[in-house]
Amino acid sequence: MSDIPSELKYSKEHEWVRIDDDGKAIVGITDHAQELLGDMVYVELPEVGDNVATEDETGVVESVKAASDIYAPVSGEIIEVNEELADEPENINSEPYESGWLYKLDLANEADLDELLTADEYAELIADE
Amino acid sequence: MPYIPHSEKDIKEMLDTIGIESIDDLFDEIPKAIRAQGLDQVPTALSEMELGQLMSERAQLDDHNLCFIGAGAYEHHIPAAVWDITMRGEYLTAYTPYQAEASQGTLQTIYEFQSNIANLTGLYAANASLYDGASGVAEAVLMAIRGNRKAKTRKVLVAGTIHPRYRQVVHTIVESQNIEIIELPYNQQSGIMDPAILSDYEDDTYAALIIQHPNFFGNLEAVDVMTDWAHANNCLAVAVANPLSLSVLKPVSEWGENGVDIAVGDGQPLGVPMASGGPYYGYMACTQKLIRQMPGRIIGKTVDLDGKTGYTLTLQAREQHIRRAKATSNICTNQGLAVTASTIHMALMGAEGLTRVASASMKNTQKLVDLLTQIDDVELVFNSARFHEAVISLPVNAAAVLQALADNNILGGFNLNEHYPELGDAILICATEMRTERDIQKYHQTLQQILSVSEQA
Repeated sequence: MSDIPSELKYSKEHEWVRIDDDGKAIVGITDHAQELLGDMVYVELPEVGDNVATEDETGVVESVKAASDIYAPVSGEIIEVNEELADEPENINSEPYESGWLYKLDLANEADLDELLTADEYAELIADE
Repeated sequence: MPYIPHSEKDIKEMLDTIGIESIDDLFDEIPKAIRAQGLDQVPTALSEMELGQLMSERAQLDDHNLCFIGAGAYEHHIPAAVWDITMRGEYLTAYTPYQAEASQGTLQTIYEFQSNIANLTGLYAANASLYDGASGVAEAVLMAIRGNRKAKTRKVLVAGTIHPRYRQVVHTIVESQNIEIIELPYNQQSGIMDPAILSDYEDDTYAALIIQHPNFFGNLEAVDVMTDWAHANNCLAVAVANPLSLSVLKPVSEWGENGVDIAVGDGQPLGVPMASGGPYYGYMACTQKLIRQMPGRIIGKTVDLDGKTGYTLTLQAREQHIRRAKATSNICTNQGLAVTASTIHMALMGAEGLTRVASASMKNTQKLVDLLTQIDDVELVFNSARFHEAVISLPVNAAAVLQALADNNILGGFNLNEHYPELGDAILICATEMRTERDIQKYHQTLQQILSVSEQA
């Protein structure tokens, strides 16, 4: 059974969003997604300063099995990317919700969060797959 | 025997099964107006015998000619062993392996090829080859735009001294992709790029600056200054280089402070016969940072479960089966046979052999220039340092002179008039290590004769 932390928001494309203490949105891919993809070998991240709209492509995660695009779950400006993933892409497998985070963005529109799924809704989504 | 195994009956059965009338119905989705209307310009098929006769007739046209043309394809000596080994069944039939790891011999050959190219360029990694030098430059443009995301631009600076046909191919391949190619003028006195003009381009941003060195005229560019300018202006630096020249010039990884980011070129000078224009192959190498943006594939060396050496497909980050619709490279096969020959050629020649070929070609071209420019009104056009090609100007129509030379079985050079009309009656000449003292003298005497006749006329 995949780990689906209840305090996070989720997209249908299997990204998660956490709002940190400063109100910034941190984005990663879910435990379920990393399980499907398998061992990560490479991550391509957006550039700091990029302005992204919801569902824009913001990078690629590549595993031994497949390469998969990452979509922005919310809109905003990229303010930080997880540089450590360049050398340790396996963090996405081991800690998808912690050291495996992908990037941080400055939310353009708080209302975007309301469009996302709750943990329960996401659990239902992947149960149907 | 036809190569399509379906009988009329088979086809009918298949059409009936899926419930359509004719094969054409399968293409209904494609508007009639844009479908190919037959291949009018292609002649009807010849029998094997007729084809053999035609080709040997054409091959004879190439015989007994002394070649002094370079311009991207060079007549170098290829040891007999190179193609003798290349034509072995194991190599000849080994197309890109689809069950790659089962073809260890092919993978090892490609691995050695990549290692040789990495050695010649000094760069971190080389791929398993591209189609040719021209499409290699286009791939380098696309790769630079992918790799230079910071620049956030689809503009690329291209030196005007890059092979004109390469530039045409670049336009053809990239212009439909919303990429703007800005061609930089060269200095007509020196025949190289004048780095000072680059300051005119500092107000805008470009993904890359592409330099050919030795350039199309055979001249050596100010590569250090240009590479450093590129890096200071957030541009990637791309080298287009004859791989043979790298055996005597410093590796592209040492251009400027940090070296170039990408190098491409045509591998023909390394063991591939001129063969009326191909097939040749392109090489491509890059820094570690850009490796995942490189088209094609990379073969790696590893060990199996028992610790024995083995070779494997290590990286093919841009290919269709990895990136599906997002694939940015359709080079999933390589120019396998030409690359095999080239790898064997490099192994046989060794670093010293390649250096000697390059040096001998430089010396021969210098001899040719010295001799030809003794003729009245035949002048060396550019006095820059050069590799094994040079531009000379003629006192009369260049096309007519080249034709008169050809009538005497001398292929006297490449007429620059089509691409560089500002140079007047100028030709690009080359004498590789294959040209003997007598060959060079014959060219001199014949040219002298032709020009003295035209003077009297």
